[in-house]
Amino acid sequence: MKIKTILTTAAVVLGVGSAALAADVKVGFVYVGPIGDGGWTYEHDKGRLAVEEAFGDRVETLYQEMVPEGADSERVMTQMALQGADLIFTTSFGYMDPTINVAKKFPNVKFEHATGYKRADNVSVYSARFYEGRAIQGHIAGKMTKTNKIGYIASFPIPEVIRGINSAYIHAKRVNPDVEFNIIWAYTWFDPAKEADAAKALIEQGADVILQHTDSTAPQAAAEKAGNVITFGQASDMGEYAPMPRVSSIIDNWGPYYVERTQAVLDGTWESVDTWDGIGKGMVGIGEISDAVPADVKAEALAMMNAIAAGDYHPFTGPLNKQDGSPWLADGEVSEDGPLLGMNFYVEGLTGDVPQ
Amino acid sequence: MDISSINPFLLIASLMVSATPILLAAIGEAVVEKSGVLNLGVEGMMITGAVVGFVIAVNTGSPALGFLCAALASAVLSLSFGFLTQVLLTNQVATGLGLTLVGLGLSALIGKPYEGIKSPTLPSLDIPLLSDLPVFGIMLFSHDAIVYLSILLVAAVWLVLTRTRIGLVLRAVGENHDAAHALGYKVIRVRLIAIMFGGACSGLGGAYISLVRVPQWTEGMTAGAGWIALAIVVFASWKPWRVLLGAYLFGGVTVLQLNLQAAGLAIPVEYLSMSPYLITIAVLVFISARGNQGAPASLGRPFHASS
Repeated sequence: MKIKTILTTAAVVLGVGSAALAADVKVGFVYVGPIGDGGWTYEHDKGRLAVEEAFGDRVETLYQEMVPEGADSERVMTQMALQGADLIFTTSFGYMDPTINVAKKFPNVKFEHATGYKRADNVSVYSARFYEGRAIQGHIAGKMTKTNKIGYIASFPIPEVIRGINSAYIHAKRVNPDVEFNIIWAYTWFDPAKEADAAKALIEQGADVILQHTDSTAPQAAAEKAGNVITFGQASDMGEYAPMPRVSSIIDNWGPYYVERTQAVLDGTWESVDTWDGIGKGMVGIGEISDAVPADVKAEALAMMNAIAAGDYHPFTGPLNKQDGSPWLADGEVSEDGPLLGMNFYVEGLTGDVPQ
Repeated sequence: MDISSINPFLLIASLMVSATPILLAAIGEAVVEKSGVLNLGVEGMMITGAVVGFVIAVNTGSPALGFLCAALASAVLSLSFGFLTQVLLTNQVATGLGLTLVGLGLSALIGKPYEGIKSPTLPSLDIPLLSDLPVFGIMLFSHDAIVYLSILLVAAVWLVLTRTRIGLVLRAVGENHDAAHALGYKVIRVRLIAIMFGGACSGLGGAYISLVRVPQWTEGMTAGAGWIALAIVVFASWKPWRVLLGAYLFGGVTVLQLNLQAAGLAIPVEYLSMSPYLITIAVLVFISARGNQGAPASLGRPFHASS
């Protein structure tokens, strides 16, 4: 009993002590993979470091890596809220419902959920228009494939991933009518061994371009070993695999957004918003296109990038049909954001079904 | 759907690669369990082997040295489990789980500076003459040394367990440690050696993932392979050749389902993804239904000379 009292007192003293030293704002980050994945989580952590850089002693950041999507993540978020976090970024699609649940319990804590679509008064959502980068990848892939087979390692059948497949396919098909997509659903964001196996299976079946929507660099290593196969960095530059197999990349740039939102909390101006930015605003970056890509293809890709950035070109511009042949977008019609956010169908020409 | 695009010979070649880490870990664990010890720390020892093998291979440029050090490091780590469970008589299940957690944490710590670095990888042996055979060449005779080593290891374990005195003593210790003790065998010493052998095998399996199969270091990269290895030991009824069968079956279904997906088979992807696990469970149920599973009688029971 006595020991317990002493411990409690000590805890209270320590608690008060740390509270006195505390920064103006505490920001929590929940990561789905390890920071060292070299992809998705690595870039979110770069965003966290940008926040620390921008605010110095005024901010304290907390983070937790490798948090499984689902009930476990609720525990982690609750823990962060109890530790006094004012703002919590939950950085994977599968944290959507847990974020909403925890946000209900902590109305004074602000939450920001990446890539989801459920909002509340204290929950914002933010995402990047990765499909803009996929369009450029599709173009390069369609031009460069010799076997006309493009392998695609997909993660989960959620709108963001399906959007990426459609965008890449549309632009590959446009420059190469014979192109064919082989899609493997890995049902994981991060499992290097499985991603490597998936890449090998696709390569063995004749694919000479591998696109990935999973977070590790394992497919890059598999492609390098196979030779003559090109890949694109996913979420991060993955520049250590340039110039071959990695010929370009989609880079997520979360830093400016994280700094802006932390500033809003400091200023007391934070409110729930829905952000979806792309190449134009700098949230999506295109990694350097390597010399393995012919100069004319590189020039076309860069022209497309500039047109997208300037808002002159939208990757989902009609005429486009759905997989079953029913019309989706008329000639020249540009898709609204709504159908893109909820996309659950393939466009015409893709084979196989979207897993339901 | 275009099943013909799947090349069965390439498929067998890649299933052997895909199954090797699990096979190595499982054959080691089979020996440990045969001696009557349940070590649930396979995952932790594998990941430790993965990181140590990678770090050594990167720094020395020699994958062979990487494999050697991986086996040593995991054997040393497993010795901590041996000391706790055999000398201090801690609970084997809890200590094994602890070993997994320690291994995952320790490997993350050691591996931090090595993320995103490429390792020297093991060349395939391309056995002269044999690897030039039209079909079997690519399927069976153009792997790296560790694939062959893992098969040899299975044969050696089988030979030692069933045909030698050492194997008999090991099995006696696993079946009835009191009787073995009464006969004058050093139960704890035998078990410690078995535990270290299991650790070394797990370490090799882990290093195979980080040096050959993936090949790079990422935190948590074994992604549950150690647990599958544990299931395969039960699946195999503690028999070495069945461990090989189980590992290749699991590896085969894993690789096959990816190939079927790539070929565009019209089976829903969810079923394909769960198929390796479903088949493992189905076989486990089938084996249990037959009654005698062959589990060592003293498996998981603590031993102290005084009792």
